[in-house]
Amino acid sequence: MASKQNVSAKSMTTLSRKKRKLTTSDWQLYSLCLIPVLLVFIFNYIPMFGVILAFKNYKFNLGILGSPWVGFSNFEFFFKSNVFTQLIWNTISNNFLFIVFGIIASLIVAILLFELKSRNATKTFQTMLITPHFMSWVIVSYMVYAILNPNYGYLNQLLALFGIEKIDWYSKPYAWPVILTITSIWKNVGMDSVVYYASLMGIDTSLFEAAEVDGANKFQRTIHIVLPSLVPLVTILTILKIGGIFRADFGLFYTVTQDGASGNLYETTNVIDTYIFRTFKDNATGNSYGLTSAVGLLQSVVGMILVIATNALSKKVDKDLGLF
Amino acid sequence: MKRQNKIQQIVLIIFFSLLCLGIIFPFWLLLSASFSNEGVITTQGYQIWPNPFDISAYEYVFRNPDQILRAYGLTFVFSISAMVLSVLLMSMIAYPLARSNLKGKSVINFYLYFTMLFNGGLVPTYLLVSRTLHLNDTIWVYILLGLINPWYVFMIRTFFKGIPGEIVESATIDGASEYTIFVRMILPLSKPVLATIALFVFLGKWNDWNTALIYITKPELYSLQYLLQKIMEDINILKQNQELGGMLSVSDIPAETVRMAMAIIVAGPALVVFPFFQKYFVKGLTVGSVKG
Repeated sequence: MASKQNVSAKSMTTLSRKKRKLTTSDWQLYSLCLIPVLLVFIFNYIPMFGVILAFKNYKFNLGILGSPWVGFSNFEFFFKSNVFTQLIWNTISNNFLFIVFGIIASLIVAILLFELKSRNATKTFQTMLITPHFMSWVIVSYMVYAILNPNYGYLNQLLALFGIEKIDWYSKPYAWPVILTITSIWKNVGMDSVVYYASLMGIDTSLFEAAEVDGANKFQRTIHIVLPSLVPLVTILTILKIGGIFRADFGLFYTVTQDGASGNLYETTNVIDTYIFRTFKDNATGNSYGLTSAVGLLQSVVGMILVIATNALSKKVDKDLGLF
Repeated sequence: MKRQNKIQQIVLIIFFSLLCLGIIFPFWLLLSASFSNEGVITTQGYQIWPNPFDISAYEYVFRNPDQILRAYGLTFVFSISAMVLSVLLMSMIAYPLARSNLKGKSVINFYLYFTMLFNGGLVPTYLLVSRTLHLNDTIWVYILLGLINPWYVFMIRTFFKGIPGEIVESATIDGASEYTIFVRMILPLSKPVLATIALFVFLGKWNDWNTALIYITKPELYSLQYLLQKIMEDINILKQNQELGGMLSVSDIPAETVRMAMAIIVAGPALVVFPFFQKYFVKGLTVGSVKG
């Protein structure tokens, strides 16, 4: 191998080579990959072997390999526990709300921005709409807290104007799918609409000219040209988002709910990701590493199947789109 | 028809002005609450317009600013380090992947891609990082975790692919090594995409709070966002004690205003700085095509 490295680079037409032999330049390229590949191996691949924990009863003193095998009992425990349906339902239903209303909101914003003639105005508005994207979930949780705080919050003050008594939002689980959906849209609508807006900028303007000649008004133009042009993109993005429906945004569900307001909100806000974290942190139960690994593995596998399936689906819709 | 258009434009501008006010409003609420008087808050709640205007919350925070300054410094240091390292390392792997004729390229592609599909999950990663590598409670955990993001690698690769092959070819004929080509030509030519990715990485690290949540127990190693998160939690705990015991007094800490002031101190600089780089973020999204 070392001898190949000594082959002079000058004698090669590196770009158009068809030879099987590896050239110096090949080795140089491989060597560039080395550190990144190694890092990925350490931080991504080694933990993958750790999923055997899901089939073990982890004991600190025995380590991963030494701990006894317990078969599928961790999974069994999870399936039989009463949180199972709660987690699956909460994760999927909340994500479903985010996807549907998120897409509607960002589509409306993009289409209306597109109708706006002044470039300066468009830019200013876009900047403001994107601002929440730069904030961490912790800061967002402070804002939500300022609004929803039962004693001092802005929302209860507003409700008081209408004679409605103080509501302790952090102990009302059924309000939270709505609160979280609004929060999620608030944070993401600016960035999400950018993609649609960019796609609208690519519409062939002759279509609009033709529509104008035919006497179409703005509304007809939107219905017949603008919306149809967005259909493939919306389809793809929706499909891809459905691929991730088993993964919850941990920051949103953990900080914004104030850690599920210490249990009061679990009914609607406990999702797979927060459950894994809480069970992991609350390690007093002893067996929790095996259990959390099992839940994590389940999420990972189902997530992977979903991504592959939805990606195949998106390729059927449009060959050029799709994740891979 | 023309007048109708004008009216439409005005309506649109009004609509977006209102929408943007709505989007910005929560920031204003935080700001206003932070400049309010604690006593007024406890009787009347947070105010939309601080009356009287009171900076005692900020005085309280800055009377002992060490903790927040340390968190700022630490977060800045690890965000910058991670940004530089991450962009460099991701370019190093993206460049070979952008070369159409490299053998085994698809293997490396899949090797990266698979990490997007499947991961070991929280516990195995935690055991590796803190029990095997002992990175917990060190600054390295902030820097080393997530250095290579496949998504960004593919974005960089897509950009590299757009660089004309003749440039590389002519340099090779001149006897330049791949290293020279990479450092002297590819990287300088790719400034737009590298800047975009660098900002993405920086933003992600700057806003990182859950790494500390899992791996950091030493208060002096709290990242900025995690410190903020802790303050929210700790004041919650104080309140619970007060309700349970009825004895503990928290009145000497202007808890509500201090909390809001902390949020402003943490969010403020980012709020001022990041919008200036907005075009890069937008570009990063619309560069779009990640496939290859």
